Amino acid sequence: MRHTSLFAVLTVLLASPLFAQQSAPSRPGQTDNAALLEKIRELEDRLISLEGQVRILKSQQAPPEAGAQEATAAPQGQPPVAPTTSPTSAAATAVTQQQAIALGGAGGSAAKALNPDISAIGDFISVAGHNSVQPSPSLEMHESELGFQAIIDPYARGDFFLSFGEEGVNLEEGYITFTALPAGFVARVGKMRSAFGKVNTLHNHVLPWVDRPLVTNSLVGGEDGIDDAGISIQRILPAPKWLFLEATGQLFRGDSGSAQSPLFKASAQSDVSAVAHLRSYKDITESTNLDIGLSYARGHNDLGTNFLTQLYGMDATLRWKPLRRSIYHSFIGRSEFIWSQRRQFPFEQRAFGFYTSGDYQLGRRWFVGGRYDHSDRPETASLTDNGASAVLTYWPSEFSQVRGQYRFTRYAGNLDAHELLMQVMFSLGAHGAHPF
Amino acid sequence: MKNHTFVRYRVIVTLGLLMAGFLPSRAEAKKLNVVTSTTDMAALTREVGGDKVNVEALARGYQDPHFVEAKPSFLLKLRQADLLISVGLQLEIGWLPPLITQSGNPKIQVGAPGYLDASQFAEILEIPQGQVTRAMGDVHPLGNPHYWLDPDNGRRIARGIANNLAEMDPSDGAYFQQRFEDFDKRLTAAEQKWDEEMKPYRGRKLVTYHRSFPNFAKHFGLDVIGYVEPRPGIPPTPTHTLELIQLMKRENCRVVLVEPYFDLKTPQSIGRETGSQVVVYLPSVGGEKGVDNYFQLFDYDIGLLIKAFNATK
Repeated sequence: MRHTSLFAVLTVLLASPLFAQQSAPSRPGQTDNAALLEKIRELEDRLISLEGQVRILKSQQAPPEAGAQEATAAPQGQPPVAPTTSPTSAAATAVTQQQAIALGGAGGSAAKALNPDISAIGDFISVAGHNSVQPSPSLEMHESELGFQAIIDPYARGDFFLSFGEEGVNLEEGYITFTALPAGFVARVGKMRSAFGKVNTLHNHVLPWVDRPLVTNSLVGGEDGIDDAGISIQRILPAPKWLFLEATGQLFRGDSGSAQSPLFKASAQSDVSAVAHLRSYKDITESTNLDIGLSYARGHNDLGTNFLTQLYGMDATLRWKPLRRSIYHSFIGRSEFIWSQRRQFPFEQRAFGFYTSGDYQLGRRWFVGGRYDHSDRPETASLTDNGASAVLTYWPSEFSQVRGQYRFTRYAGNLDAHELLMQVMFSLGAHGAHPF
Repeated sequence: MKNHTFVRYRVIVTLGLLMAGFLPSRAEAKKLNVVTSTTDMAALTREVGGDKVNVEALARGYQDPHFVEAKPSFLLKLRQADLLISVGLQLEIGWLPPLITQSGNPKIQVGAPGYLDASQFAEILEIPQGQVTRAMGDVHPLGNPHYWLDPDNGRRIARGIANNLAEMDPSDGAYFQQRFEDFDKRLTAAEQKWDEEMKPYRGRKLVTYHRSFPNFAKHFGLDVIGYVEPRPGIPPTPTHTLELIQLMKRENCRVVLVEPYFDLKTPQSIGRETGSQVVVYLPSVGGEKGVDNYFQLFDYDIGLLIKAFNATK
């Protein structure tokens, strides 16, 4: 189907200039120059519109519409699909200025066009220093994340993120997003990072630090966080024009956190967990905005069906990015406060923790930041850990990053740890943009 | 238990009906809401849409269109949109796709009739042939997305948008057609004037910061001999800057064009070394006050260029 239509386009494309050449000399006397010029111009327009359609066809997943092959000057409102990065043909590597009608090799690339966007992100961490409470390996390929992303059909898109540790694979996320639901609902089904707060939603490679804050590690399930199989529904709520308000409701199986110390654990089928998030956002000026969220999570902990853990969270993010110099300077201030209420024997434990951080972009490639950490331990709330970090990040390009972080932690019982973390991150392929 | 299931079905059916009630009815005649990714597409839509459409652009004219923040406030605009017009060719790949997904608006999803990639109408230059790698920098595998800076492309895009609007709102089809013909006439007249003004400067050499000028240069017969960026999206390096200075001296090129969102430090030092004029030109409508439509954009840029060329005879 695609081949025949492409062939038809090609034929018409080649035929139209020929036709023009033939008709031009046949009646040279009568045709005045202006009319001829107009004719040429019209043909040029047709050619360009055809080139456009060919380009769209090549990068399109759906079969072309029937009317598209005809050389009508009026192009159909053809829906292009998110372009893939597949090159058209293998040959020279130079970017040519010449404007050839690039039709060659469409067969191979048309098949490739159906492939999802594939990306791989490497995250290498090395740690030096002394930490007797939570020691880290000296050199570690911390995570390799593979992403597969594509539009599934006109009604949904799909995203897969597989994270490989040095041993073992974990489905970090894998979900379908239904984008064409009525009444402005957006639904997700699959395994996903839950909408509890800000940091929990973020993949490692978009964090402004090498590690995750203490409060996340202690109260919100560690590095994996609340990441579970379930269903999510979100919708923008009616609000005054200047305010963005969005509610998210999620239902999960009830297994979250690390294997050793799970945050939620489903001992019975009915031990599902739930997460709710309300997000409000306001543009203060065109370069400054404020983002405030409230979160709630509820699930059964590792002691059994009768033992609940509930989390309450508040997050605030202030962003500044001057539009005229947006690639050179920016600031993000962020804070999350989390309260944990864990039923256990003999008493319920109420723990609190927060982090507050600031990151300033010094220039196109340099970022500097700091973070303060404070968190009680969920099972023994009387034990409190504190910490502070300083971070320096360098971007050779958008696709790689080198980061150093000095981290001081004072664990409960006055155990101090001084560590230097170094991280190298690199990204291959077409990684889709992450939500803001 | 049975009763329970029955109740559950009733709830689902009721919910379904409620949702159906939310669906907008097609019959009511109202203005089309058009959201465009950039101000240039908005300006062209305004030309052909007239007062039958509401047009809003997401990015500002003085903003780097590659790096726009996907702000939630944009979602408020997108969820009301009947039509989303993008520049395409991966210009907005870093910010538009997640906005479309989160908008909760089925009409503007990629593949739906309310999603229009304007690049299909335009003549695209610098389409990479062969293998594309990131060693070339942040190269656009589908071609150079800064295609609107050629009046002929402006006309083609406007025609495409007019046709699309007519498809979505057939009752106003004649109106959009008439608006396009009027725009076409004014553009042809303006183009003659611009061509006339630029005629003495055909073949003049210049350097631009980013590769955002090929369509303009092609239309007006200018010769872009180099770029301040060593590769697209890679900030200037000392070696490359030195090479560029030597090239400019050799080729006797003394005009450097800079987009309004780039730092002027390197261009200015190049300017000092080579005795060049450093000109902050506008790639987009709305980049400065008084540049509010497609015609003013060319008037502004051509004015700047002529001044710079005259000053460096």
